[in-house]
Amino acid sequence: MAEVYLDNCATTKTDRHAAQIALELMERDYGNPSSLHKKGLEAQLRLDRARSQVAAAIGCGAGEIVFTSGGTEANNLALLGGAEARRRRGTAIVAMSTEHSSVLEPLRHLEAQGFRLRLVPPLPSGEVDADAFVDAVDADTILAACMLVNSEVGVIAPIAELARRCRRKSPGLLFHCDGVQALGKTAFSVQSLGVDTLSVSGHKLHAPKGVGALYVKKGVRLLPLLYGGGQQRGLRPGTENTPLACAFGYAAEKAAGEQGRNAERVAGLYEYFVNKSGKLPGVCMNSPATATPYICNLSAPGYRSETMLHFLEQQEIYVSNGSACSRGAKSHVLTAMGLAPGRIDSALRVSFTAENTTGEIDLFFEVLAQGMERLVRSRVG
Amino acid sequence: MNELILLKNGEIALKGLNRSTFEDMLVKNLRHALHGVGKFKFYKAQSTIYAEPMEECDLDEAVRRLSRVFGVAALVRACIVEKDFEQIKAVAAEYLSVQLREARTFRVTAKRADKKFPLDSSQICRELGAHLLRAFPHLRVNLEHPDVEVVVEVRDFAAYLHAGQQPGAGGIPVGSSGRAMLLLSGGIDSPVAGYMMAKRGIKIVAVHFASPPYTSERALLKVHGLCEKMTPYCGRMTLLTVPFTEIQECIRRHCPEEYYTLVMRRFMMEIAGRLAEKNDCGALITGESIGQVASQTMLALHCTGAALDIPILRPVIGMDKEEIITVARRIDTFETSILPYEDCCTVFTPRHPKTKPRLDAVLAAEAALDREALVAQAVQGTTCRGFS
Repeated sequence: MAEVYLDNCATTKTDRHAAQIALELMERDYGNPSSLHKKGLEAQLRLDRARSQVAAAIGCGAGEIVFTSGGTEANNLALLGGAEARRRRGTAIVAMSTEHSSVLEPLRHLEAQGFRLRLVPPLPSGEVDADAFVDAVDADTILAACMLVNSEVGVIAPIAELARRCRRKSPGLLFHCDGVQALGKTAFSVQSLGVDTLSVSGHKLHAPKGVGALYVKKGVRLLPLLYGGGQQRGLRPGTENTPLACAFGYAAEKAAGEQGRNAERVAGLYEYFVNKSGKLPGVCMNSPATATPYICNLSAPGYRSETMLHFLEQQEIYVSNGSACSRGAKSHVLTAMGLAPGRIDSALRVSFTAENTTGEIDLFFEVLAQGMERLVRSRVG
Repeated sequence: MNELILLKNGEIALKGLNRSTFEDMLVKNLRHALHGVGKFKFYKAQSTIYAEPMEECDLDEAVRRLSRVFGVAALVRACIVEKDFEQIKAVAAEYLSVQLREARTFRVTAKRADKKFPLDSSQICRELGAHLLRAFPHLRVNLEHPDVEVVVEVRDFAAYLHAGQQPGAGGIPVGSSGRAMLLLSGGIDSPVAGYMMAKRGIKIVAVHFASPPYTSERALLKVHGLCEKMTPYCGRMTLLTVPFTEIQECIRRHCPEEYYTLVMRRFMMEIAGRLAEKNDCGALITGESIGQVASQTMLALHCTGAALDIPILRPVIGMDKEEIITVARRIDTFETSILPYEDCCTVFTPRHPKTKPRLDAVLAAEAALDREALVAQAVQGTTCRGFS
């Protein structure tokens, strides 16, 4: 049985060439970029190249990229570092209630430290209510956070509009955008988004796990999370993870270059998927039509997500029941959308790469239909 | 300095003619527990077992492992000394020098089993005490609450010096009371139940009911993890995994909702009973309590156990949840048990379970099912895995 991997939001298979680059950086160009000798310089140059590649992929200058250990660290750096640096100016924070836990948890920590946190619910469709978000901002607000692509339902937020309107109400505010699910899936540039900081992660676009980056607009001040050897302008000290950073750079460049072609392919897959789901009675889509075609959140009410997930895995089909991070807990995003408990309990998240095929989608629906026939319905209907 | 581990027998000392069988079983279990630590020589005399290392090894680890073997009342790591009092004095000062230097008070305790030894216990105490006071002038004697207790045991083969024994796991050697089948769910209670019966000398064979895809691979690995946590106490264990999906689906489809759990547990008991017979087990063991969940009222226990003709041992039935958790923490199964992977017991929980079921009603509830065929199929499909 061949693997049918439809959980690309959770993570993606590492690109072979990206892996080889990492290996090269481990075996050949293994110097420490901070070393003064030639070996260090070699490593430095490769790291610089990686930095430029990531910068080009999101539309900023290489000096505005800070490599981190992943999206979670990037989010933490922006939020904790940004809030602390602005504490004297104000203490209010606004964010969507549908943010990823690596945004919500640092914000909850800030709340426990005395900041005022306002979480804005989405519209029932899952889409961002821009007016409600901007309304929540006042002159005391120093931090606003909204993700560009939602990891559970795929909703795309009107970041440019939000950033602009929020800044009008509170000029010194730092607008952070979690772009982890956006890079590679939707074309954007940090310039046109108008954000102060933006986080990205390697393993969502075929780079290995353990690397990410934070865009920090020139002039924006953050306090670091770590203190040490002063690397990366002191914002993120520690010997840089050159193997993973370079693999990430390659993957980011590839994704950016192929973005158009990939988007077209995936749009086709998405249309095919929606068509097929429409033909299966009892299945309903949770993602709105305006969401990215890369992510489909759907429910087969009456069949618990985890049970269906295991049923699918018996046929080597891999999907998610929401967020991998929550390890089976109820989806806070679907709950915020006000969906019925039966729909939340049975929600499955299917997420594509351009390499998936319509044949794989056929297989998914075939086995899903089998599951709906064979499995015993849970009583939460 | 040569060291060894002294193990004082527990209840075995009370067993008359069976004593050597018990002791042999205990030595066998002790040997198994030390597997991988090093080569040990075992010999016994007078309610004591001596475990002497034949090579360099981690004695602290050895003591740690032996402290989990049932049948041992107390154990201690001790130094072997020739039965010569000058030697004993010299070694005592050296072997316990670190403890004595850091202590402020001490006492000497002497046990003299060898009546041929020239000094009696009180003479040993006085003279060794005086010697240590000279060697460590900062020390004072405190007979009631000393910082360090210097113990001298003069026995058959040699004299042994140590700083006081620690309690062993108690109980009687695993294997001396036969075999029983433990229904291991993955929850907090069943590993504790297994531990408690192993303590009374019962060799455990575990059985687990898996219902993929309703239960996950992770839930099964959790049970494997529990078996591994239990083997230091229970010795080698076999885990039988029963394919339970079809039975659960049949129950769900054909039985009234309030009886789901009761009918399910009756199936589990019957299958476990058959497997017990196949595996030479004389009883079942469960983690059932009274009053914890709806299916565990007296009437419910009667209904679920009615089909069986071997005893069902329920060692935690009289314990509060907190008391069970205390044991689970002590034997290090608690953290594994609380990992949130669903087991079959919670997959199809009725909204309003029957708490006062009558047996005839339960039998009627399951009448639509072909019990015999389902049970036979489950027993046939059962797989087996060893843990040591």
